[in-house]
Amino acid sequence: MVIGMQWQLGIDLKLVHFLVVSGVLFCIGIFGVLSRRHLVQILMSIELILNAVLINLIAFSSFTTPDEVIGQMFAVFVIVVAAAEVGVGLAIILSVYRRKKSVDIDNINILKW
Amino acid sequence: MTQLIWFIPLLPVIGFVITLLLGGKNGRFSSRLSTVVMGICLLLSFYAVYLVYTRGEFSIERVWYVTGSFKITMGLLADGLSAMMLLVVTLVSFVVHLYSMGYMHGDRRYWLFFVELQLFSASMLGLVLAHNYLQMFICWELVGLCSYLLIGFWYEQKSASDAAKKAFLVTRVGDVGMLIGLLLLFTTVGTLTYSGVFGTAEAGTISHNMITAITILLFCGAIGKSAQFPLHVWLPDAMEGPTPVSALIHAATMVAAGVYLVGRSFPLFSHSEQTMMVVAIIGTFTAIFAASIAVVQTDIKRVLAYSTISQLGYMIFALGIGAYVAGMFHLMTHAFFKALLFLGSGSVIHAAGTQDIREMGGLVKKMKTTTWTFIIGALSLSGFPLLAGFWSKDEILGFAFSNGRYVIFAVGAFTAFLTAFYMFRLIFVVFFGKMSKASEHSHESPKVMTIPLIILAVLAVIAGYWGAPFLAEKYHIGEFISGHMHVEHVEFDFIPMVISVAAGLLGILLAYLMYGAKVIPTDWLYRFVKPYHKVLVNKYYMDELGSRAIIRPAIKFANGINIFDKKIIDGLVNLFGKVTVAISKAVHIFDLGVVDGIVNWTGRETFNSGKRLRLLQTGNISGYAIVMFAVLAVYIIYLIIRTIV
Repeated sequence: MVIGMQWQLGIDLKLVHFLVVSGVLFCIGIFGVLSRRHLVQILMSIELILNAVLINLIAFSSFTTPDEVIGQMFAVFVIVVAAAEVGVGLAIILSVYRRKKSVDIDNINILKW
Repeated sequence: MTQLIWFIPLLPVIGFVITLLLGGKNGRFSSRLSTVVMGICLLLSFYAVYLVYTRGEFSIERVWYVTGSFKITMGLLADGLSAMMLLVVTLVSFVVHLYSMGYMHGDRRYWLFFVELQLFSASMLGLVLAHNYLQMFICWELVGLCSYLLIGFWYEQKSASDAAKKAFLVTRVGDVGMLIGLLLLFTTVGTLTYSGVFGTAEAGTISHNMITAITILLFCGAIGKSAQFPLHVWLPDAMEGPTPVSALIHAATMVAAGVYLVGRSFPLFSHSEQTMMVVAIIGTFTAIFAASIAVVQTDIKRVLAYSTISQLGYMIFALGIGAYVAGMFHLMTHAFFKALLFLGSGSVIHAAGTQDIREMGGLVKKMKTTTWTFIIGALSLSGFPLLAGFWSKDEILGFAFSNGRYVIFAVGAFTAFLTAFYMFRLIFVVFFGKMSKASEHSHESPKVMTIPLIILAVLAVIAGYWGAPFLAEKYHIGEFISGHMHVEHVEFDFIPMVISVAAGLLGILLAYLMYGAKVIPTDWLYRFVKPYHKVLVNKYYMDELGSRAIIRPAIKFANGINIFDKKIIDGLVNLFGKVTVAISKAVHIFDLGVVDGIVNWTGRETFNSGKRLRLLQTGNISGYAIVMFAVLAVYIIYLIIRTIV
């Protein structure tokens, strides 16, 4: 895959390029979690964070130990966990909506003293 | 076989315990057991005398208490003197036990009487057998206790319980002196055994003044116990006790304990002429003093009580002038005939129902045995020739005469005259003459009471022969009881014997003339000596003196102390209580204010901090998320910096 991308882009791809990309994605995800108001938008940001992590894992795996595919295996686990988490998260958002008739995060402050 | 001697004081102790525990319901058991015990002791005493005669003196010792070099031994000493005393005590005690079986019959505390008699006998025997001063003192106190118990036997009567207290307190006064003497003795000599003390005295290592001081103090005890002037006041009142008690304790044995003490300490006393002088003076004075009071007494037991005091005075002054043998010999004979006289008077009182001789008369017709034994006793006491009292009293007076103590001899002879006079006054008034109303109903006492009288009468006659001058020296009582001491032997002197016998006979004659044949009217002497008579009747006002000088100040002092106790001591105690209450109030304030304050503050602050911390819970989810990530970012930066630096 790496060789394929190298050929398309025409430059030598190093590990650091992938790490920067995953880092940027991670930051965008965090920004989204912190600044969005809509619950589903927060959930999407969390997905972004998870994907950033995935890229990170796989990059490390293919550059440092290309023979052992530990990173890729871990990546599969993360995908599964992400999927399950989205399912559960959406279920919670649905029930919150039923209760509060709103998905604005500023209205969900029952835990306030 | 010498170990048997332990049983002499031990058997009555066992008897005492058994009758005390078991005799409560059964009077006959108590009386029979104790009489049998005394009988056995009597036989053992005869055996003891035999042993001392054949083997000489012996003693048994056991170590009682040891610390380092300080050792106290307890033991028994059997020498001539203690063997003789054993004989006297057991004989009289046995006879009194027999007599009491009849006299105390029907008494509600019949059994207890014998319990106390046993205790007394045990203590008295322990006293005479002791081989050191400490043991003797222990038994001395015990006999004092028994005297108190027995005088106050009929304690429901106030006069009896008062008399018991008086006896105990007065003898206590003497005992204080004696105790100080014993302490001095112990600190100077280092031991209290007779052999140790006399040995040290012989060696001359004690200063003369110390010996004088010790002996005078010991003599104080004797003054109290043997009712010498001025501590004689308890004995007449002690007549409140039952007559057998008077016979045993206050005639024959306990009062003789003081004489025994002086006799036993004779080696010590003879080193100090001053003490001997004091002893002689007090003895002589007491003898005539008491005899003079006896002359005007109307209670039969009081006459005998004063007579006892007087005769004890004889024994004491005999010891004071150095007539050791004569004095102790007189103790023995006196025990027999005085006990006889008391028991006889008990018979009379029992029969006539009164103690006042003015209400009696002509009893010879109804009570032959009592009368004639009483007369034998009185004759013996008066020193009638060939009876026991003659030998012993004459020996005393003879000794006085031949040693140049003519004043003492004269006083002694005059006292003998008075003695004979008052005894026969008693006899003529009580037994002869017109029968009074009380005498009409009287009858002779039962055998259990008359047999002791007969036994004692026989003894009152023959006991004197133990000390008769014509007896071979090795059997003579003088040799027997002298032991190691060199005591002056009395020569048989004609002149003093004649004078004293004459004095006695004159006394009898005068009594006969005044009370028997009524030739001289009974108030003949009275007219001469009217004021003096009043003094005599009031016993020289000694009791009033004691009351004014001693009892009232003592009561005032006691009241003063009582007030002190109430105001000051109780005041202090109350103050202490108040202070405690004040302190507790302060502590209470502290507890409420400080401790509770802290606890409440803690609670308040917790609440307040909770109020403030609550504000953290905004419920704002994005806020939570920001905080989480911020911290995470800081941590990562920190890690990076750490690995770089």
